[in-house]
Amino acid sequence: MSTTTAKNGGGLGLTRKDFQSDQVVRWCPGCGDYAILAQMQKVLPTLEIPREKFVFVSGIGCAARFPYYMDTFGFHTIHGRAPAFATGVKVSNPDLSVWVISGDGDALSIGGNHLIHSMRRNVGVKIILFNNRVYGLTKGQYSPTSLLGSRTKSTPTGSVDYPLHPLTLALGAECSFVARTTDRDQKHMASMFEEMANHEGTSLLEVLQNCIVFNDGAWHKFTEKGMKEQNVMYLEDGQPLVYGPEDNRKGISLDDYKVRVVEADSPDVTVHRVDDEAGGYAHILSRVELEGGPVPLGVLRKVERPPFEGLMGDQVAAAQAKGEGDIDTLLNSGDTWEHH
Amino acid sequence: MAESSGKNGAEKQLVELETVAIRFAGDSGDGMQLTGDRFTNAAAIAGNDLSTFPDFPAEIRAPVGTLAGVSGFQINFSSKDIHTPGDAVDVLVAMNPAALKTSIVDLKSGGIIIANVDNFGQKNLAKAGYESNPLEDEEFKGNYDIHEVKITSMTRQALEDMELQSNLADRCKNFFALGLMYWMYSRPLDPTKQWIEEKFGKRPEFVQANTRALEAGFFFGENTEVFTSNYIVREATYPPGKYRNISGNVALAYGFIAATKKMGINLFWGAYPITPASDVLHELSRHKNFGVQTFQAEDEIAAVSAALGASFTGSLGVTCSSGPGIALKAEAMGLGVMTELPMVIANIQRGGPSTGLPTKTEQADLLQVMFGRNSESPLPIVAAATPGDCFWTAIEASRLAVKYMTPVVVLSDGYLANGSEPWLLPKAEDIPEMPVTYRTDPEGFLPYLRDPETMARPWAIPGTPGLEHRIGGIEKEDQTGNVNYEPENHEFMVRTRDEKIAGIAKDIPPAEVIGEESGKVLVIGWGGTFGAITAAIEALQARGASVSQVHLRHLNPFPANLEEVLGNFEKILVPELNLGQLSKMLRYQYLVDTISFNKIQGKPFKVGELITKIEELL
Repeated sequence: MSTTTAKNGGGLGLTRKDFQSDQVVRWCPGCGDYAILAQMQKVLPTLEIPREKFVFVSGIGCAARFPYYMDTFGFHTIHGRAPAFATGVKVSNPDLSVWVISGDGDALSIGGNHLIHSMRRNVGVKIILFNNRVYGLTKGQYSPTSLLGSRTKSTPTGSVDYPLHPLTLALGAECSFVARTTDRDQKHMASMFEEMANHEGTSLLEVLQNCIVFNDGAWHKFTEKGMKEQNVMYLEDGQPLVYGPEDNRKGISLDDYKVRVVEADSPDVTVHRVDDEAGGYAHILSRVELEGGPVPLGVLRKVERPPFEGLMGDQVAAAQAKGEGDIDTLLNSGDTWEHH
Repeated sequence: MAESSGKNGAEKQLVELETVAIRFAGDSGDGMQLTGDRFTNAAAIAGNDLSTFPDFPAEIRAPVGTLAGVSGFQINFSSKDIHTPGDAVDVLVAMNPAALKTSIVDLKSGGIIIANVDNFGQKNLAKAGYESNPLEDEEFKGNYDIHEVKITSMTRQALEDMELQSNLADRCKNFFALGLMYWMYSRPLDPTKQWIEEKFGKRPEFVQANTRALEAGFFFGENTEVFTSNYIVREATYPPGKYRNISGNVALAYGFIAATKKMGINLFWGAYPITPASDVLHELSRHKNFGVQTFQAEDEIAAVSAALGASFTGSLGVTCSSGPGIALKAEAMGLGVMTELPMVIANIQRGGPSTGLPTKTEQADLLQVMFGRNSESPLPIVAAATPGDCFWTAIEASRLAVKYMTPVVVLSDGYLANGSEPWLLPKAEDIPEMPVTYRTDPEGFLPYLRDPETMARPWAIPGTPGLEHRIGGIEKEDQTGNVNYEPENHEFMVRTRDEKIAGIAKDIPPAEVIGEESGKVLVIGWGGTFGAITAAIEALQARGASVSQVHLRHLNPFPANLEEVLGNFEKILVPELNLGQLSKMLRYQYLVDTISFNKIQGKPFKVGELITKIEELL
């Protein structure tokens, strides 16, 4: 498990400290972002990847300050466009481990277009979506994941637009790795980072993250003791969809495209599988909590598809195998004539 | 000079001409661009100097026979040195009444009309807004040398025994027209036959049909008594060497390939389809053997963002678009200025604002690229003067981008992009070496520690051990690049970025005056107006007029000697295809009383218009 190896420092002798930059972290005290940063700094040294190969790319928002605090290569770009910048980085050097740090406003509102297209292309970037259902940096407007009726600075009488569901969107955009965790479950978060690190192609991790100032408690149902036991379902590949405290285990059946809560030992309990090529099962799974079920945490879908940068590289390699480009040959191609 | 030619009894005069301009005009589905392209190739092989002007509608297939659907291709070819596609044409090939109507204004008095009379029925005349057939009008007939040719039916006849569907046969009629023009201007058929063979090789019936149509047109000219003479335009006396015909968009693509090859770095091309820039993307996507990576992004913003991400990673990121797309890229260009990364943004200008005139030319984006970003956001701007010059402009932009660690804008336009000219092929060895050195030494590394001469910061790319660092859009501290909001630091950084770009003036050639170094009128231009201005100046100088010319490649910063040059003339005329954008820049930078001469019609200047204007000032 990650926490043990982190202490050992990994094969390259890197430690958590090697990933902490000298910049003062400026998130609000008690912000969920701290936990995500700390976990990232613990996991990266365990991956046996040299530090200079990591690139963190972000857009705009509270989460987007993340790269400044990582002692890796980092690019803090413009609002919503981080997946596009990261695409250029990854294609230019596929050997890099490229991470995108984004939030619900950045990724799903202004940057929705880049998010869906990087996922459908299967660019080998690892996207962490900090979802706190609010705009924090601009001080408290509702976001595309805010619930209908959310009272915020820009919606004092309640928002009148419906939220979108990031993982359903990711599946719709053909994302090859889709997962969810929370900012309060360190161990689980670490295991998700590790899985992302090893996935070729786009991975998207939604982190249910608490904004202590503008939307405190948005996810408490899924993160706080006494509540999360009934409301959270941990996914494991090949294992039945079960959840709940030891004395009251329940199962989820997704037969006939319906979400049904059943007894944990019922034969109807659906067995989780991450390699859902068609994506239909993962789609229903991504909406279990909307139908009165628990919120699934873990990997909803993980399928193998050649990544974009690999396919592009193959085309370049195939062209170069026929002979590398030569300027004189290029200029002399086509119809030429000698003028005397 | 004249000599006899002809076969089968039809005795013809062969007349030598110096310069001829022809326009092929027809429906946008009639293949006029292809016809023009082939005729251009024939003129090039014959050694003529030439200049072309394709002019087509924004719609792919506008309603057949309408004025909106007319697609034209104009070529000017000559045995002397020429600079423009010609103010007016000597020959108009009109495939239908709409083509005649839109182009007749540009036909010289007494000019030749080849009209495809098969298409001059009542219906087509009405669609073009003609109440009666102009070809039957006595006054009209008196003004021109009209040849009514049944191009469609003769093409069908030539293909009669091939059992092609009639619409397929009709699609060959442009080759009939081409064949007729080949006869008129004494061009051999073989190169075009060979081209047809290569182009349609997989469909032998197309090869046969198009070849037959071409020959039928040629033989029609040779054998009918309608045409009493044909013409020859001899080789031009331009510098010897190996040539090819090149359009601006292809030259631009080649320029970036050559520049990055010379730098030894990867070219990353991020683009979103837009007229008239898409052809550059098409061209580059065919040259993956140079390691070129072409990325067709989801939108203009992603295109520039991916390019800048690639630049951060050690590639030369380039994005290419037209005005509307450049507007969308503005924020990312500003990030490029802030993070001081090398990137090139090419703007193939078209008529605007907004969607404007997508297929027509204009040069009204100078101020957009100069100022169209938030806050103080300076970047260098270079502009191409001719189709072939797009190659050298791309190389210069790439050089500046990498040497000064800055985004650079290249300005081209629809006229340069699609127009073509014979181009003396450079050799790889003629292109300066531009080796790139990434920073590798961690000792003393700071992301914003500047080179004392160029003020460029180091290019430290991901993957380099010990150089891990963060950059971004927030104001940074001098040297360390750390986030910094202090007032004095901000002013210092704003001034530093400005000074760095202004300092490029030391590294660019001085403005070159063509003609006397001082005098009555200086005509100063930039971009695609070079050909027309040069032709006007040459004509006036030949008459002894006191007029000189400066054509600017570098629009920001200006060449260091420009102020001095401007001071040597009584009057400064600035012709532009906009409302006076360079003129404004010269006024505020040098407090000089420039005279603007503007045309905003989606069309290039005519030489005659410029001569008239200059004469007013002499």
